[in-house]
Amino acid sequence: MSEKNRYEAGFGSDAQKEPRRIVFITKKTSAKVKGEVGRQVMSYPQLILREAIAFEILTIVLVVIALLWDAPLEQLANPLLTPNPAKAPWYFLGLQELLHYFPPIVAGVLIPGLVVVALVFIPYFNVNIQGEPLWANHPRRRLNLFLGCIVVLLVFFGIYHAWTVIIPTVVISGLALTAYVPAAGRGRFLEFLGSRPLSWWVMTWFITVAIILTIVGTFFRGPGWSWVWPWR
Amino acid sequence: MIMNSAQRALDQLRSTRVWKSIFRRGPARTNRTRSLAVFGNLFLHVLPVKVRDKSLRVRATYYLGSFSFFLFLLLSVTGILLMLYYHPAVPQAYRDMKDLRFVVSNGVFLRNLHRFGAEAMVIAVFWHMFHVFYRGGYKPPHQFNWVVGVGLLLITLFLSYTGYLLPWDQLAFWAITVGTNIISYVPLLGQPMRFLLLGGHQIGENALLRFYVLHVVILPLAAVMLIAIHLWRVQKDGGLTVKEDHEREK
Ligand code: HEM
Repeated sequence: MSEKNRYEAGFGSDAQKEPRRIVFITKKTSAKVKGEVGRQVMSYPQLILREAIAFEILTIVLVVIALLWDAPLEQLANPLLTPNPAKAPWYFLGLQELLHYFPPIVAGVLIPGLVVVALVFIPYFNVNIQGEPLWANHPRRRLNLFLGCIVVLLVFFGIYHAWTVIIPTVVISGLALTAYVPAAGRGRFLEFLGSRPLSWWVMTWFITVAIILTIVGTFFRGPGWSWVWPWR
Repeated sequence: MIMNSAQRALDQLRSTRVWKSIFRRGPARTNRTRSLAVFGNLFLHVLPVKVRDKSLRVRATYYLGSFSFFLFLLLSVTGILLMLYYHPAVPQAYRDMKDLRFVVSNGVFLRNLHRFGAEAMVIAVFWHMFHVFYRGGYKPPHQFNWVVGVGLLLITLFLSYTGYLLPWDQLAFWAITVGTNIISYVPLLGQPMRFLLLGGHQIGENALLRFYVLHVVILPLAAVMLIAIHLWRVQKDGGLTVKEDHEREK
């Protein structure tokens, strides 16, 4: 309290130059959740330099690729000559693969619509902001709920024989279940799985399914959307 | 030795009146002038003046957001050059592709850059989104920037998709046919929406022109706006999230 005098009236002009920091600790996030800010550096030149290097690496890689390969160009468009199969651009082939199994209103409208809505809402679900592991609390109740959801999903996919969705779903939920058994001392990978929150599992499931559907749609589908081996 | 004299020459240049009149500062030797270099510059001032050195590590972001942005810049430059050789008309559009290959100097190279750059941007943006998710970059106070990001993802996909039709070859025509058929499954609004997008019931000259206008004017403008907001919000929200910020205490 020896500094007290420095801030008293009369030294008012000085007070502006010595800003004080006020900290609010709200209930939603515990102060611990946010890590240390750590050291700070000047953006110029530290950040600008790194961005410039990133830009140069990108340009070089892209130029090399553009020198080695050529962009595809087929025959002039002909509305009377339908190729078999007609494929959408690669990033929509996951959707086209879904379209093969589900009715168009589900695969073409409902699922992509729900994905976009879900993405927008991600930051507004403040349920588990500290990222608690999936099985940390009430493991029994959660296990029942989890198994219930998986069974409903698998039955739904099963009705439509959507096995390129079923396989990754089984694999990911299997991994989530192995994490149910306490992982201490069972190796780094299992410990890592055991520490993951529900949101991590859902996103990882989504990405896995999306990547597998896209790869299958791109390489493994031939005439009439039948299964083909790309190396045959 | 040479470095030193080069450095001195540069500093001298930066101390001239003309340099100062342009950049509003002398050599960036003190933290004050280094700050001025950022917020005294129209283009750099969306960036923060200081950053956490944790967020500069490659592992913090893999520079995926930066790569998305740089790809957008490269695509804008190569796209404008391509516009010099392209007519959005049937069948001239296809002939222009052939001309790029056989007549224009380095035409194939230019088209390759634009094409592969576009594929890379789709990958970079998806990857950036997933990486932001896994490091908890959407958590408060970054919620809204995530929503802006979802807008950017949709714009990126739509930019790529509208560009896909422009070569007017079989690949382009049938890929767009598959995609626009999906739109017609939307209840009630499906048919009108498809008609609006294609300027008719079939993919023809009108569709090509509409896709072209979307691809070179409307969507790039929207992307520029959203990217500006996005980068500026990273700064306003207090800088990047690094993984440790949301990892639980062990
Ligand atoms: C054209 C597309 C995009 C560009 C150019 C872009 C650019 C950037 C850049 C340069 C950063 C800062 C550095 C970094 O994280 O790499 C950033 C951060 C961020 N981006 Fe993007 N982005 C794009 C798309 C997206 C998408 C699709 C999302 C998610 C849906 C998203 C969400 C975010 C968020 C939440 C941050 C802040 C992350 C944090 O606090 O750690 N962005 N973006």
